[in-house]
Amino acid sequence: MIVGTKKTHKAIQYTLLILLALLTLFPMVLTLMGGFKDLAQLRLDLFGWPDPFLGSNYLDVLHPKRSKFFLSLFNSMLIMSITVMFGIVLSSLAGFALSRMKFPGRDFIFNFFLVGLLFPPAVAILPLYIELKSLHLLDNYFGVIFPQVAFALPMQIMIVRSFFKQIPIELEESATIDGCSPIWFLIFVVVPLSKPVITTISILAMVGSWNSYFLPLLILNSEKLFTLPMGVMSFAGQYTYNWPLVLAYLTLAMVPAVIFYMMAQKHIIEGLTAGSVKG
Amino acid sequence: MGLQKSSNMKTSKFKEYWQNPRHKQAIIVATAFLTLPLIVYTVFVILPVFQAAYFSLYKWNGLGHLTNFKGVENFVKILTDPIFGMAIKNNFKIVVLSLLFQIPLSLIIALTIARRFKGAVFFRTIFFLPYILSEVIAGTIWSFIYNPQIGIQNTVLSDWIPWLANFQFLGSQDTVFASIFVVLIWKYFGLHMVILIAGLQGIPVELEEAAFIDGVNKWKLNWYIILPLLRPTIMLSLFFSMVGSFQTFDIVWAMGRGDPANGAETMVTYMYKFGFQRFQLGYGSAVAIIIFLITISVSVLYQKLTAEKEL
Repeated sequence: MIVGTKKTHKAIQYTLLILLALLTLFPMVLTLMGGFKDLAQLRLDLFGWPDPFLGSNYLDVLHPKRSKFFLSLFNSMLIMSITVMFGIVLSSLAGFALSRMKFPGRDFIFNFFLVGLLFPPAVAILPLYIELKSLHLLDNYFGVIFPQVAFALPMQIMIVRSFFKQIPIELEESATIDGCSPIWFLIFVVVPLSKPVITTISILAMVGSWNSYFLPLLILNSEKLFTLPMGVMSFAGQYTYNWPLVLAYLTLAMVPAVIFYMMAQKHIIEGLTAGSVKG
Repeated sequence: MGLQKSSNMKTSKFKEYWQNPRHKQAIIVATAFLTLPLIVYTVFVILPVFQAAYFSLYKWNGLGHLTNFKGVENFVKILTDPIFGMAIKNNFKIVVLSLLFQIPLSLIIALTIARRFKGAVFFRTIFFLPYILSEVIAGTIWSFIYNPQIGIQNTVLSDWIPWLANFQFLGSQDTVFASIFVVLIWKYFGLHMVILIAGLQGIPVELEEAAFIDGVNKWKLNWYIILPLLRPTIMLSLFFSMVGSFQTFDIVWAMGRGDPANGAETMVTYMYKFGFQRFQLGYGSAVAIIIFLITISVSVLYQKLTAEKEL
């Protein structure tokens, strides 16, 4: 009898979980299918299989003359890559100095960086706009990149520093004896040993940069610089009454993130929660 | 005399420190390594936050010099503006509703799949998926789902519940916030689930085994043993949803820009509308400072609550 109740219990658990999984996926699946429908079918049969099965919406979005999808994709990738690279370099430099070097004022500087964890980007955004204007960085990739790097820095330094601290001191001593200067030690010994933590901060920075909308919305004005989230908003605004086309755009805009997620699911979940749990 | 002596001692101490090649190297390296990160961080994070505090005391349209000093007038105006009242209420509603619905949902799933559960990775992967989408994409997808002509209510709901036929989820002041909140749950419950699973995995398995041997059933085990031990993680989850909620902008913007009739306004959409669209930078900065103060208070409260428990 006990076995019996246990089995029904399990069956209920799985049924509920599968239902929830379907609920989680259904908006995305409807979007994907909607992109293959025409408007009439979308109105009459939201859940049905596309019939006729149209590829034209997707082809229109991918057509460089009809939409700026690829341009936005390129802009998002460029901004993301540079943000991630700057983040790795700056946080490794700072994390190294703050963990491996002993000098007066070290704790003060570390705490100075930690204060940044309390500053939400939205608070700084109006003065940032004025500042970027006077630096002539409005409507410029770097107007988005620099603030993104700067706001990610406190968390990255915190994560990197605690990892660098654990690298055994003997390594450094033998390197110093071999005449290795700190910068080479950092580049050739510490960074290669720190792949897991570099992965973590890269993923945090990638997802943050890829999805950000508020900052680019303020900084980038010309359509040729628009990132993908901006592209979504402008495309949806332009084709308010042509939902199938918008759904095709949305699906294609989801593709890079979903592929990346499927490939590196474990790293992504760990990376995105590491930032939180360690904090 | 004495003063000179002590300053002499100080310089000699410094000299001594400096003459040690190890210390000298440490200072040189630290300076070289820290200069760039410090500049970037100070220029783009610290400086703007202080400037926001400064601007907030002026009436300023962003051009020319700050001359029109207003003191706390901006703050008084904001705090008495009923629209800001709605915005701040919505922000706190997100916190309370997420405590009531989102975190319990994530907790139940986490408790179910955290240990020795077949298919745990599969479910985890699916539940976490919405979190990696940008809020703009998530919001636009759901604008489609809620659309009265082509969305679910057109095809499904209106057949089952006839009075829903002309219902406007995002088109009415009364329902727009609740509709957006559903999207927030959809997008973020997976994140909370993963955080809670990580917390659960920190609780030793032996504890559960011992409890089972003593004949404690699963409900009692979860309620009396697991939940108290998981308290710090639950607090962390709550803390994230609070700090996140005070930043809410993208999703609301993608789902109708806080309208109709400011029904889904949040503090940040309010700041954007006044600070940027109307170019009242002083006023907008004052809103930013209010957001900042609320965030800081919540952080301090969180530190206090979690620190007490550790004693």
